[in-house]
Amino acid sequence: MEPLLKTSNLSKSFGGIKAVQDFNVYINSGELVGLIGPNGAGKTTAFNLLTGVYTPTTGNIEFNGHSLVGMKPYKITKQGIARTFQNIRLFDHLTVIDNVKIAYNYHIKYTLAEAILRVGRYGSEEEVVEKKAMELLEIFNLADKKDELAANLPYGQQRRLEIARALAAQPKLLLLDEPAAGMNPQETHELMEMISWIRKTFDLTILLIEHDMSLVMGICERIYVLEFGKILAQGIPDEIKSNTEVIKAYLGEEV
Amino acid sequence: MIKQLRKQDVIFLLLSLVIFAVFQFLMSERILTSFWRLNVTVICLNIILASSLNLINGVTGQFSLGHAGFMAIGAYVSAVCTMFFHLPFICSILAGAAAAGVLGFCIGTPTLRLQGDYLAIATLGMGEIIRICILNIPQVGGASGMSGIPTETTFPWLFGCMIVTLFVLKNIINSNQGRACLSVRENAIAAEAMGINTTAFKVFAFTVASMFAGLAGALFSHYFGIAHPSSFTFMRSFDIMTMVVLGGLGSLSGSIVGAVLLTFIAAAMQSYPEYRMIVYALLLIILMLYRPNGIFGDKELASVILSKWKKGGENDGTTAENK
Amino acid sequence: MGDNLFLQFVQQLINGISLGSIYALIALGYTMVYGIMKLINFAHGDVYMVGAYVGFFAATTANLPFFPSIILAMLATGLGGVIIERLAYKPLRHHPKIAILTTAIGVSLFLEYTTMLLLTPQPRTFPPLLPNAIYHIGGLIISFQQIVILAVSVILMILLTYVVNHTKMGKAMRAVSYDPDAAQLMGINVDKTISFTFFVGSSLAGAAGVLVGIYYNSIEPLMGIMPGMKAFIAAVLGGIGIIPGAMAGGLILGVVEALISGFISSTFRDAAAFAILIIILLIKPTGLFGKNEHEKV
Repeated sequence: MEPLLKTSNLSKSFGGIKAVQDFNVYINSGELVGLIGPNGAGKTTAFNLLTGVYTPTTGNIEFNGHSLVGMKPYKITKQGIARTFQNIRLFDHLTVIDNVKIAYNYHIKYTLAEAILRVGRYGSEEEVVEKKAMELLEIFNLADKKDELAANLPYGQQRRLEIARALAAQPKLLLLDEPAAGMNPQETHELMEMISWIRKTFDLTILLIEHDMSLVMGICERIYVLEFGKILAQGIPDEIKSNTEVIKAYLGEEV
Repeated sequence: MIKQLRKQDVIFLLLSLVIFAVFQFLMSERILTSFWRLNVTVICLNIILASSLNLINGVTGQFSLGHAGFMAIGAYVSAVCTMFFHLPFICSILAGAAAAGVLGFCIGTPTLRLQGDYLAIATLGMGEIIRICILNIPQVGGASGMSGIPTETTFPWLFGCMIVTLFVLKNIINSNQGRACLSVRENAIAAEAMGINTTAFKVFAFTVASMFAGLAGALFSHYFGIAHPSSFTFMRSFDIMTMVVLGGLGSLSGSIVGAVLLTFIAAAMQSYPEYRMIVYALLLIILMLYRPNGIFGDKELASVILSKWKKGGENDGTTAENK
Repeated sequence: MGDNLFLQFVQQLINGISLGSIYALIALGYTMVYGIMKLINFAHGDVYMVGAYVGFFAATTANLPFFPSIILAMLATGLGGVIIERLAYKPLRHHPKIAILTTAIGVSLFLEYTTMLLLTPQPRTFPPLLPNAIYHIGGLIISFQQIVILAVSVILMILLTYVVNHTKMGKAMRAVSYDPDAAQLMGINVDKTISFTFFVGSSLAGAAGVLVGIYYNSIEPLMGIMPGMKAFIAAVLGGIGIIPGAMAGGLILGVVEALISGFISSTFRDAAAFAILIIILLIKPTGLFGKNEHEKV
């Protein structure tokens, strides 16, 4: 079977610095893959390449049989890739539920005229969106906060809202950029369970960047290790754990 | 849900009808002096201008300073339609609005790639270029402007157009399209990542707002009977922007209040022309220093009242949840 | 004929350079303030107007010669700039940019109309502080005033460059414009640095006001609007926040305007300035001397 996502020789340089080099990964449909690496290894750059924020210097990205190179971010989302951000990017001054509703934007078909006169598909579609958004908020335990401003949520809830919002875009592939950053072990554990659960429920493929080893090792089926913009190793969690190169990259030469 | 929303619309329209009836009575019975009749007219025009600019500056979070230019297009195109082609009034104002909308689209497409201050300056420049171009077309009077335009803008026309503007803007803001515009303001990168074509929605907001500015311009020239380039300088764009900022970016009720307030201040100072602008300037500075987010912030009057009422209800120990 | 055209071209070039050096002086103030506060100080053009009036009274009422007049105007406007910043901008430093911009517009109107109230809207004839000598050099006309304007501008720009690049205050200015919070943590007095920036920027505008008064013989309360706008365009053209950029931008704009009024029509002069602005914004929004920056995702 063709993988859902496949990159070939993907590279990105900024000026003379090669942030990502010969990045070759594949993700099969339904897999949960981790991308780890020390700070500055180029993980977020890789995400930005996949989501069209950056255009690759060379190489190709194939998703679901289409090349994504040169596509604008919003078009890539429409192809079925949604993401969260390392430094949370919510719509701060909008309500929690509006944050989620916005992600349904391109699934809504009513025209401007219908919206202005509030006729035709406007009523039915708005109702559907409201219902779906509420369902998602309930899943993420945010239903009672639906009318609060996103900025006023505590940190952990903001992280959850970001995932809820990404899911509202109804992606095939979900990219999570350090979802557990800043969480305590208890919260991280809950997040792990939630990620596994949403993958099953929404039939998702997930690629996640993470620093927290317990999270990555606990739930990922396959792991890529990035160092200095290059892939250092890949394999199942047990292989990665015992890979001396990886240990060196993480803990330094002395070990 | 849709029933509730429609009910809101009906309440809105009924309320406007009542306000219209009151003013129509005051005007036709000549209870308002001609000075105040003029100011009511100016308020209506300013509400159209401010609320439409709010769609760009407040809702979509882009920073336009060129609204006067689009107003000029509306004023001149409609005047040309009535005077040279003898079109009926309604066709002329629609033509004025459409022309401004089209130009807004053409100008918006390249310039909206710019951000923040750069966009502000570019739109300001665009507005001035429009004005200077008009100034150099002898067929429409050049620097001396056009005069003798039939004065067909009556109060019902003006009020009706204002209500249409507010109604359309209100429902756009509360739609899928409006949410997309808001997301552009809040975080353009996240909006793109959620599948929103941010450029398209910026251009959309700019085009719609330009169209209404054109409408206001058309009503303007057919009220006063003249169209003069000096009416559409960047000072007017500043004026409109001030109304929006003063009322609160993103709040339609704010734009209305801002427009009314500033027009009143200007009118009240009419008899002291030499102090007028100084007081106006000082008020602007003081208001900004004390309410930098405007009078309403980004909230709407209705929701402010509603939340006050809810809070009051909770204090009384009763729930306000009985919808 | 061709010779004539060439002469005319050089003549316009000379006029453009003297006009441009005035734009450059005003543009420097815009650029410095923008660099340090990210604020388009719409009142800057009116500070320039105030400078012209101070120079006028220094020369007429106090009967001072050229240099004391211009220095007095610079001190007065510099002080004025500091006061404006303290009263109207500082309290809004951490608020939405549009709020502070609105205040700037308020300050601008306040200066214009207070001047009008106190000193009447009538234009005043600026006293001839400099000898009205005119030199004919091979068919070209150069006035003594043009030479002085250019010389004063160049000296002030050299001084400014020295201050920014080689003094402690200049270093503080650069630090604050790069990252005000970090600068504060490093022990730089941000308030004082911003005040200083306003002082320098405004005093340059004051000098420009006096020079224009001498050049055009006439001053009035609304004289600051258009040159203010043009100077801002010059600042954007060179890359806003970049000091050499403002100088180059001012000169380029002055020359283009002179050429357009000389060869096409002076009615299109203002439109041309705005057109340049938009073209540069669309092609290279960071200006001729600017570097491209991207938001980090």
